[in-house]
Amino acid sequence: MAKELAYVRKEMQAQKPAPKKEGTAIQWVRANLFATPKDTILSIIGIIFLVWAIPPIIDWLFIDAAWTGTDRATCATVAQGGMRPDGWSGACWAFIGNKMDQIIFGRYPDAELWRPILVGAVFTLLLIPMLMPSAPHKGWNAFLLFLALPFISFFILYGGVFGLPVVNTSDWGGLMVTLILSYFAIAVSLPFGIVLALGRRSKLPVVRTLSITFIEVVRGVPLITILFMASVMLPLFLPEGMTINKFLRAIVGVSLFISAYMAETIRGGLQAMPKGQFEGAASLGLGYWQTMRLIILPQAIKLVIPAIVNQFISIFKDTSLVSIVGMFDLLGIIKFNFTDLDMGLARHSDHRPDFRRHRLLGLLLRHVALFQLHGAPPGYRT
Amino acid sequence: MKKTILSAAIGAVVLGLGAQGASATTLEDVKSKGTLTCGVSTGLQGFSAPDNEGNWSGLDVDYCRAISAAIFGDPDKVNFVALTATDRFPALQSGEVDVLSRNTTWTLSRDTSLGLDFRTVNYYDGQGFMVPKDLGVSSAKELSGAAVCVQSGTTTELNLADYFSSNGMDYNPVVYEQLEDVNNAFNQGRCDVYTTDQSGLYAIRLTLTDPDNYVILPEIISKEPLGPAWRQGDDQWGDIVSWVHYAMLNAEEFGITSENVDEMAETSDNPGIKRLLGTETDSKLGADLGLDENWAYNVIKLVGNYGEVFDKDVGAGSPLKIERGLNALWTNGGLQYGPRSAKSDWLLNNVYWRMAEFRHAPSKTRTLQGNNFR
Repeated sequence: MAKELAYVRKEMQAQKPAPKKEGTAIQWVRANLFATPKDTILSIIGIIFLVWAIPPIIDWLFIDAAWTGTDRATCATVAQGGMRPDGWSGACWAFIGNKMDQIIFGRYPDAELWRPILVGAVFTLLLIPMLMPSAPHKGWNAFLLFLALPFISFFILYGGVFGLPVVNTSDWGGLMVTLILSYFAIAVSLPFGIVLALGRRSKLPVVRTLSITFIEVVRGVPLITILFMASVMLPLFLPEGMTINKFLRAIVGVSLFISAYMAETIRGGLQAMPKGQFEGAASLGLGYWQTMRLIILPQAIKLVIPAIVNQFISIFKDTSLVSIVGMFDLLGIIKFNFTDLDMGLARHSDHRPDFRRHRLLGLLLRHVALFQLHGAPPGYRT
Repeated sequence: MKKTILSAAIGAVVLGLGAQGASATTLEDVKSKGTLTCGVSTGLQGFSAPDNEGNWSGLDVDYCRAISAAIFGDPDKVNFVALTATDRFPALQSGEVDVLSRNTTWTLSRDTSLGLDFRTVNYYDGQGFMVPKDLGVSSAKELSGAAVCVQSGTTTELNLADYFSSNGMDYNPVVYEQLEDVNNAFNQGRCDVYTTDQSGLYAIRLTLTDPDNYVILPEIISKEPLGPAWRQGDDQWGDIVSWVHYAMLNAEEFGITSENVDEMAETSDNPGIKRLLGTETDSKLGADLGLDENWAYNVIKLVGNYGEVFDKDVGAGSPLKIERGLNALWTNGGLQYGPRSAKSDWLLNNVYWRMAEFRHAPSKTRTLQGNNFR
């Protein structure tokens, strides 16, 4: 028989009761909202704010909202010649519903809507594997997404080939235009920015001067100025009878603008490269282009990826400026549709959630205020 | 090889999308393109605005559609280009649009130094005043001491100052930069009077909390004749654009509407109507314009006469409900007056035609048109 070991338990330990309601809502609230007096005060203030703010918003967004309808009466009060009671205030979803096609595609003809939808679907199909690190054939994927797609999508959207009817760019609009503009600008600005950044650090005086001039001039001018130049001044400089499409002008303007900023971002990455990397490349016998392609750029661009993404996001937002030069991007088409007499809204200042309308809380607040002003009413225990 | 195709394709794209060669006349250009390119505003209630399907509608838009109907017999062969106030003139001068129908005020400098031509006025506008009914005011002359809401930096502001000082009245300007702010201020009663162009006042009134409580005063304190513009020097094109408007006015005067135009064309014995609708025998009025003989018939049938279009877009048939006022026909005390489409003198006409045929003039219509013998 084996030797008795003192530290080996011989009997089962008695079961303990389950911990007291771990993870119930009350426990969570206690731990997270009312743990300390300070927490308690802040939580109460927060809850009061939510109770005050949320019901009117829900009222406005859903309960009082106008969901369907195709004419002016839908979202206008009786006094304004509509069907809503006077003083009505609610979201006019009918407007969004009726204008959905326009908000997304502009005035692109209904019969041809499959074309932008097709382009959007192909874009999504190409983008998904691009975003998955494990997906194969990244090179081909990038080629299709950034070079082939912009090119082919133009033919599909504009038409005039393969028997597709031409859809003039003046009929494009909405989210489609916003996306196309920013997508082209992004696809163009990255290679262009790299070239400009290399040009700025080049030892060739002409290349360097040209790059610096371009970058500094463009960076010294607001985007809206460039768009105005492109839309108002440029036609006057061209020979009479020759016009360049307005959409094309805007795309070129936006792309040039963002390229200058991109160049500076990339230059930041190039400057962060230690000198040893260049010397190491030189000692291996690599020429200028080889050094850049194999050693410097892969590291430099990786360093500035966050800044590049910032640029992409900001250009996506900045495209809304094209509405000022008369193009119907997402912002432009919605402003444009406000002028529709049939569906354009009665957009007076009352047309927003009314926070005074929350009766329960209003009553409560009034009582508190009355107490403050006049003291408690007789017989009221305080 | 691949590269060549690619660069050729890029070249084709740039050319196809961008450059369009100049042609001899705007009419030939429009006919060869197959569409009329018409510059309109980027959204103005009643003049050029979208409907639920995204189609353009409005008074200025219908002018373009009428021109298209006159040229092609189809009102929908128009490519509308939205232009802002700043880029409308460059767009016309550079040939980006064939005609500008964008609530543009006809002024001397625009008519001369900008190289544009104006002739017809499809809407007589002017600066007016809107006041709440309970102010008890029936004329702008009674507005002394009023607080006036106005948008800053506009000619509206200057006209306002001129009007009040020339009438020996004083006022408190309540000035905002944004139109929305002016609207809200007026809606909330921060001022007694709102002033801007009258057509705009009607649109703004619709957006107020209680439109029926406001009244638009009859006075107009500035002249804003709004009409189409085209490039100076193309007289044939100017004739077409102008006579489309005159045809719509004459149709209203004759009582021809889009509904009864067929009946009128068949049964009417009125020589004026027959001439207008091109049913007169051996009429050359259309050919003289460079159009078909039934051009005016098409305009009336497919778009309507001026009164119909006015009613539908801005008048009683629209939410705006603008009075005809200055835009009534001259027979009703307004300013809209269409010259008649009279037949040219018989002898001159026939003799001239014989001569033209005899000489085998290369461009008969153009030669005829150049001589003003009508």
